Amino acid sequence: MSATGIGAAVRRKEDHRFITGKGQYTDDISRPGETRALFIRSPHAHAKIKRIDSAAASKMPGVVAILTGEQLAADKIGNLICGWMIHSKDGTPMKMAAHPAIASGKACYVGDPVALVVAETMAQAKDAAEKVVIDYEVLPAVVDPAQAKSGPQIHDVAAKNTIYEWSLGDARATDAAIRSAKHVTRLHLINNRLVPNAMEPRVAIGEYDSGSEHFTLWNTSQNPHVARLVIAAFVGMAPEHKLRVIAPDVGGGFGSKIFIYPEEVAVLWASKRTGRPVKWTSDRSEAFVADAHGRDHVTDAEMAFDAEGRIVALRAKTIANLGAYMSTFSSSVPTYLYATLLSGQYAIPNIYCEVDAVYTNTVPVDAYRGAGRPEATFVVERLVEVGARELGIDPAELRRRNFVKSFPHQTPVIMTYDAGDYNASLRKAMELADVKGFGKRKREAARHGKLRGLGYSTYIEACGIAPSQAVGSLGAGVGLWESAEVRVNPTGSVEILTGCHQHGQGHETTFAQVVADRLGIPIENISVVHGDTDKVQFGMGTYGSRSGAVGISAIVKALDKIEAKAKKVAAHMLEASETDIEFKDGKFTVAGTDKSASWGDVTLNAYIAHKFTGQELEPGLKEGAFYDPTNFTFPAGCHICEVEIDSETGQTKIVNWTAVDDFGTIINPMIVEGQVHGGVAQGVGQALLEHAVYDKDGQLVSGSFMDYTMPKAENLPPLQVATTVTKCPSNPLGLKGCGEAGAIAAPAAVINAITDAIGTEDVAMPATPQTVWAALQKANRMKQAAE
Amino acid sequence: MPTVSMTVNGKAVTADVEPRTLLVQFLRENLRLTGTHVGCDTSQCGACLVHVDGHARKSCTMFAWQAEGANVTTIEGVANGNTLHPMQEAFREHHALQCGYCTPGMIMAAIDMVNRKGNELDDHTIRQELDGNLCRCTGYHNIVKAIAAGARAMK
Repeated sequence: MSATGIGAAVRRKEDHRFITGKGQYTDDISRPGETRALFIRSPHAHAKIKRIDSAAASKMPGVVAILTGEQLAADKIGNLICGWMIHSKDGTPMKMAAHPAIASGKACYVGDPVALVVAETMAQAKDAAEKVVIDYEVLPAVVDPAQAKSGPQIHDVAAKNTIYEWSLGDARATDAAIRSAKHVTRLHLINNRLVPNAMEPRVAIGEYDSGSEHFTLWNTSQNPHVARLVIAAFVGMAPEHKLRVIAPDVGGGFGSKIFIYPEEVAVLWASKRTGRPVKWTSDRSEAFVADAHGRDHVTDAEMAFDAEGRIVALRAKTIANLGAYMSTFSSSVPTYLYATLLSGQYAIPNIYCEVDAVYTNTVPVDAYRGAGRPEATFVVERLVEVGARELGIDPAELRRRNFVKSFPHQTPVIMTYDAGDYNASLRKAMELADVKGFGKRKREAARHGKLRGLGYSTYIEACGIAPSQAVGSLGAGVGLWESAEVRVNPTGSVEILTGCHQHGQGHETTFAQVVADRLGIPIENISVVHGDTDKVQFGMGTYGSRSGAVGISAIVKALDKIEAKAKKVAAHMLEASETDIEFKDGKFTVAGTDKSASWGDVTLNAYIAHKFTGQELEPGLKEGAFYDPTNFTFPAGCHICEVEIDSETGQTKIVNWTAVDDFGTIINPMIVEGQVHGGVAQGVGQALLEHAVYDKDGQLVSGSFMDYTMPKAENLPPLQVATTVTKCPSNPLGLKGCGEAGAIAAPAAVINAITDAIGTEDVAMPATPQTVWAALQKANRMKQAAE
Repeated sequence: MPTVSMTVNGKAVTADVEPRTLLVQFLRENLRLTGTHVGCDTSQCGACLVHVDGHARKSCTMFAWQAEGANVTTIEGVANGNTLHPMQEAFREHHALQCGYCTPGMIMAAIDMVNRKGNELDDHTIRQELDGNLCRCTGYHNIVKAIAAGARAMK
């Protein structure tokens, strides 16, 4: 391993600009002649928009335009779409309601944009917005997914607010297995609704050049090419080649910046109408009602065991809240990203899952870090933990007994697990967490009036999203390959153009490490270009822990071509046969001779083209590749959470966290550890702190950082992070992906630890002190009654 | 519009601004010092943290005119020419940043923390002192490590 190659903890190349305040985020961009946009949003969860009177507002100082949904429709700007088709059990397609960028006629959630004020300054836009009079007729609303089917109908296309009633697996076989099982564990689980809250609020700047009839959109996007495709092909704003999308430095995404949002469409449209650049910067409180939320599942689940504690069946019935409109990938999250992972790390012969997706008068719900897989893991890992307690079997032993041990392993829910050693990660985690010493620690805590608990989560996820043909057969509207272009300059420095997008993951470093390793050149001589549709031809973006397994694999494929071409150049230079040329550590040699050429010699010769004719070889050294994976990847591992609960207050303190993950080959262990830390923090946030709470009228009660509890440094313990390695067999470097693991594993580990400590399973997320205290009182009452 | 004058990163600046202009808006929009970020509108996140007369202040929570005559330091002003501040160096060395958005505020908070609490900071102190700074990427683990190391390096 070289100091900067694969496996080295290289310090990040991108950091210098961030630590010196020189990063360039979208809000840092200011266009000549720009105007500022402010969206007037519905204050009602469900209301007819009867009249918008902007006459007085239009006369306010600095106002450039006040635009409405009716004008948007008159200009024939198309609707936003959901790009993954799901069919119901009865074969009918999902009920996708029209989703205009600005509501027209009716608003369907608090935050739905109903008008757009464009003014010279933000202060002027705010002043003018105060003068816009909107006459609403408030309609009854529904916010609880469990009540959605009997609530007021939100969209004409969706009777009973039902988007689809979908299923996966063998209902009859699963039912039979459950009926004949020795023991069945049953749980009612709520996967709490979350607000992603990337620290950078979303921003969109639209600019129209009437001379060339060309649009530019600067936005906070995880996937600028997909944004361009949707805005061109579906919204119909401009042909694809007349729209450039630039997503510069992006301050965190976690899924929430995948989606194509109303504001992005609206600023482009407004820029054409006003002839000025139009910039919208979200406030944080606005983001709470404008960015897609995550999770929000209600599930009844059963796990059935035989007499030996082997899992014979799992059945889940889930209601998934998709909010007021179907966001870009919303339909896939509670279906193919969820039910396909219900086998966990276990060999379960029978699985059946039903998912009803519903509309409610809430912010649209879509992928958030883990997307479906945290929900699946929560179901599986809560069931197996409670099952162990009910059966009187040690929870680690019950897991071990049921682990998948031979690969490839076909689950009953589509996935073919390719490689793993689940026992290895469990064993290592148990050692690092000193599970053996837990009893002593528990007794010691009890002496101080504290309750200690220990919880496992042996999770699996499907990442490296994804083989195009496979996802196409499941309803995806796009392919999920990735592209790369390797541009070698005459002096030997290299630019990597990738369709992935970094917003914290450190691609500028890890991607360069792969190239430095392969070409034997200094990492300083490599730069990574991303996030601009004019520079990178096409790409699918970054989400689903795909940039390593898919994006880097595309780079490796392009590097194969670079090496092959460079060898041809070297053969001409060294007057040898191409088959005799060997390339190692940045040097080309002729086998069996002392003849050699350096990387820089060869790259220069590729461009000056003096040693070969254009008929023999094309000058230049630039290659591209599209890599389409052959399977998902399956990162897996074991997280162990140890908590201490104050029985007087219900306050939970995480005292130890141990994570042992198998991510396959690791390119930069420092970055991978950081990804685990961040994922765990979000998972702990979900388990202990975070909750998007709506009141019955559809007001988001926890709608700012004052009310929505973000994890702070004090809420988290130091994290012990380690790895085991089984290489992924389906991509060239054996990469699996690490971005989501922590968020997937953590919630079940926390709740398993809390319930272990207090002796009742009845603890909902977030397990706030109040929730835990109430559960404790209930457990104590039950204990007293039993005595 | 009233005129405000102050010293920012050692340079005297004067501008006419609307009275309601926040210090962070003045820094970002008038001076184009965009390293100071805005992550919330309720003074919770600390992305906008700068030093005003040597003390940590959330620049979203004061008007520009309230800094009249003050000495303001932003993230752009902490390095000594091309030599990074030890706290900047520590953040890079310990991988204390991912997306980088909270980072300027974190570094400014960390320097202030050392100024107030000294060069030997334990895990508990650092975590408590970070109450006013949110990070969504790192889980704080490496930020805490970086601040402890940066504090020692500032001796």
